[in-house]
Amino acid sequence: MTLQQQITEAYASATPLSICGGSSKQFLGNPVAGEALSTTEQRGVINYQPDELVMTVRSGTPLLEVKEILAAQHQRLAFEPPSFGKSATIGGTFACGISGPSRPWAGSARDSLLGCTIINGRGEQLHFGGEVIKNVAGYDATRLMVGAFGTLGLIMDVSFRVLPVPATEITLSFSVDAAQAVTSVVAWSQKPLPISAAAWLDGELLLRLSGAEAAIRSAQLQLGGEVSKQRDFWLQLREQQLDFFQSVKPLWRLSLPMAADPLDIPGEQLIEWGGAQRWLLTDEKAEAVRQAATSAGGHATCFRNAQENDIFSPLSKPMLTLQQRLKKSFDPKGILNPGRIYTEL
Amino acid sequence: MIADPQFLAGLRSILGGDSLIEEQEELTAYECDGLSAHRTIPMLVALPETVEQVQQILKLCYQHKVPVVARGAGTGLSGGAQPLENGLLLSLARFNRILDIDADNRCATVQPGVRNLAISEAAKPYGLYYAPDPSSQIACTIGGNVAENSGGVHCLKYGLTVHNVRKLRVICIDGEMLTIGSDALDTPGYDLLALMNGSEGLLGIIVEVTVNLLPIPPTARVMLAAFDDAENAGKAVSDIIASGIIPAGLEMMDNLAIRAAEDFVHAGYPKDAAAILLCELDGTDEEVSHEIEKVEQILQQHHCTATRLSENEEQRMQLWAGRKSAFPAVGRLAPDYYCMDGTIPRHQLPEVLRRINALSQQYELAIANVFHAGDGNLHPLILYDANEGDQLQRAEKLGSKILQLCVEVGGSITGEHGVGSEKIDEMCIQFKPLELQQFHAIKAAFDEHGLLNPGKAVPELHRCAELGAMHVHNGELPFPELERF
Repeated sequence: MTLQQQITEAYASATPLSICGGSSKQFLGNPVAGEALSTTEQRGVINYQPDELVMTVRSGTPLLEVKEILAAQHQRLAFEPPSFGKSATIGGTFACGISGPSRPWAGSARDSLLGCTIINGRGEQLHFGGEVIKNVAGYDATRLMVGAFGTLGLIMDVSFRVLPVPATEITLSFSVDAAQAVTSVVAWSQKPLPISAAAWLDGELLLRLSGAEAAIRSAQLQLGGEVSKQRDFWLQLREQQLDFFQSVKPLWRLSLPMAADPLDIPGEQLIEWGGAQRWLLTDEKAEAVRQAATSAGGHATCFRNAQENDIFSPLSKPMLTLQQRLKKSFDPKGILNPGRIYTEL
Repeated sequence: MIADPQFLAGLRSILGGDSLIEEQEELTAYECDGLSAHRTIPMLVALPETVEQVQQILKLCYQHKVPVVARGAGTGLSGGAQPLENGLLLSLARFNRILDIDADNRCATVQPGVRNLAISEAAKPYGLYYAPDPSSQIACTIGGNVAENSGGVHCLKYGLTVHNVRKLRVICIDGEMLTIGSDALDTPGYDLLALMNGSEGLLGIIVEVTVNLLPIPPTARVMLAAFDDAENAGKAVSDIIASGIIPAGLEMMDNLAIRAAEDFVHAGYPKDAAAILLCELDGTDEEVSHEIEKVEQILQQHHCTATRLSENEEQRMQLWAGRKSAFPAVGRLAPDYYCMDGTIPRHQLPEVLRRINALSQQYELAIANVFHAGDGNLHPLILYDANEGDQLQRAEKLGSKILQLCVEVGGSITGEHGVGSEKIDEMCIQFKPLELQQFHAIKAAFDEHGLLNPGKAVPELHRCAELGAMHVHNGELPFPELERF
């Protein structure tokens, strides 16, 4: 049976479905009680023309395969998605919408997405967007799928923008405390410097520069610092392989305004995205972490080792009502990954 | 149309005397936006000054089931702000204050009636600017930019409006205010920010916008290259991108557009060239010099006949002046022109150019071509004279054929101008009935009674069915699942 037939049947019998690709990000979000529906057979590149900077791929294609095909043409995904294991698929990458270290400078997963084919909760196959960069026909249902965790539709294929691999990359290291690290990156980010990643951990600020060699040399002169010898730091950060991430404590992801003051909350911190994404290991109550994030102008997600359900910050009543209505417009019987993000969606 | 007396009394109690327009003569000033071929006199025009007034107005409209059309500066080219004769036109023109420039977080919070260029001007002292630059940026407002997801010359490198907006405050049709997005880079739940961008006023009324600011590049230089064959210019565009360079802007003009622009602003364009490319590179001095070298090599490989490089800011502005005034310049060639806005995959450019030429001959109307070539966005300008026989009808048919061609080669009927009332029929070509139905369902989730800008952006299925009868393709009926009457 095709995926479309399976969803059509589930719609008829109002059977909840649990959509999974490579199951590499099952830890994120609430568990879904439903019949398993796998996209892993839905594989292969549909179209890739390097000089168009666009690729169209079936959703079950492994992310690593996509990265390899791009790398052979000296191209890559600008948002540096993590895989969290070899099984990750390109569909899951967009459905979960997680972006890597380059996010504040190169854009997010949703910024890269140009089009998709989905099957909604009525079993209807729909195509939105396309393979062109500029396209404003109809509502942007394409980017709406990013971060929706499959609750609005099963992604069948995606078209996304790709970018050339930068000619040169170096990482500079500075010994500073957390507050100084954020202040420095905030100041540098207002200048035309080729910054492509910034992270602070254990008294060390690491700053990655990407671009033409001459531009990097001149930025290096301006910025100072030592050239870092940690070869795989950004990869290990992206894949959460650093020692910091090996803790059994709840791991919180705080998404904050870049320049937000250091958080006054017990626990260990790793600051990423120049301050806009802060990882926190803490045994503090969820409420306290959420409160700290909200008062700083952002939100908090319990990314790993959650002690309770509802790992995402709750929505306001009117916002939740609207999102429930939107969910219904795609999935009137609530059969697609029900409860994965919020119990009400 | 005369307003219901109760509704009118309600509006009068919300708005002061000079904030409500009721007189026919004054209403006429709002009868169209930049798409002047479509005109309707609105029932009433409201010019609120506070968010609370907007909330009260929408509540009142909701209660009386009166449709509402929002309007910024009215520069849109697709009739998105075309009024309804039984509707209220809600002008956000008085929401013109810049509320905050936050250099540390690289963002600006502004009211929706602030002009696009005014944001960059306000951010300039901090060394920052707002990147999307539609050609109407002197006049168009940021609220309208969000509603249309506007583009511009620089979106190849810096993205469209949707990539540069962080947070919106939106009033729903029932008067409720929602904050969509945040001061952080993401929010939990569905990405309504993406959905609001380009929703053409059909989902909510934007009353505040927070946009991203970027550091002003220290150097920007533009290279002009002339070609005696437009196809070579098209191939050069593809090769520049393939080489790994993302220019800040990469524009193309054909001979008719070149001549019109040159006669109008004397930018120094070669009038005998079949096509020119304008390639802007920005960044640090080192980056720009390096990229200029590479671009020049590629241009030579594709037999460009001449190149010119801006040596200073004045020369750069002069080279751009021709491109930026291309529309009014072409406007001097004929009493009327019709501006199209399709997008295509870049490699289709030579083929599409050939077929546009053939269509121009078939419909006996001249076309000047101006492209955002780097991102495959075409702006064919169809020249006509509305007072001359059936020229207007022919221009509209020709325009529609060009958009069909764009869809056929894998592109879109609109790259940055929006659907509005103008391209509502072409939506039936780009989308299947089920997709349009899904759009209507999204709309209903926000606005169940269909009061926000009804009749725009997404066509009713019966409209497509009626049109479909005229566009039978390969003998297949396009909408076999629909009943025919």
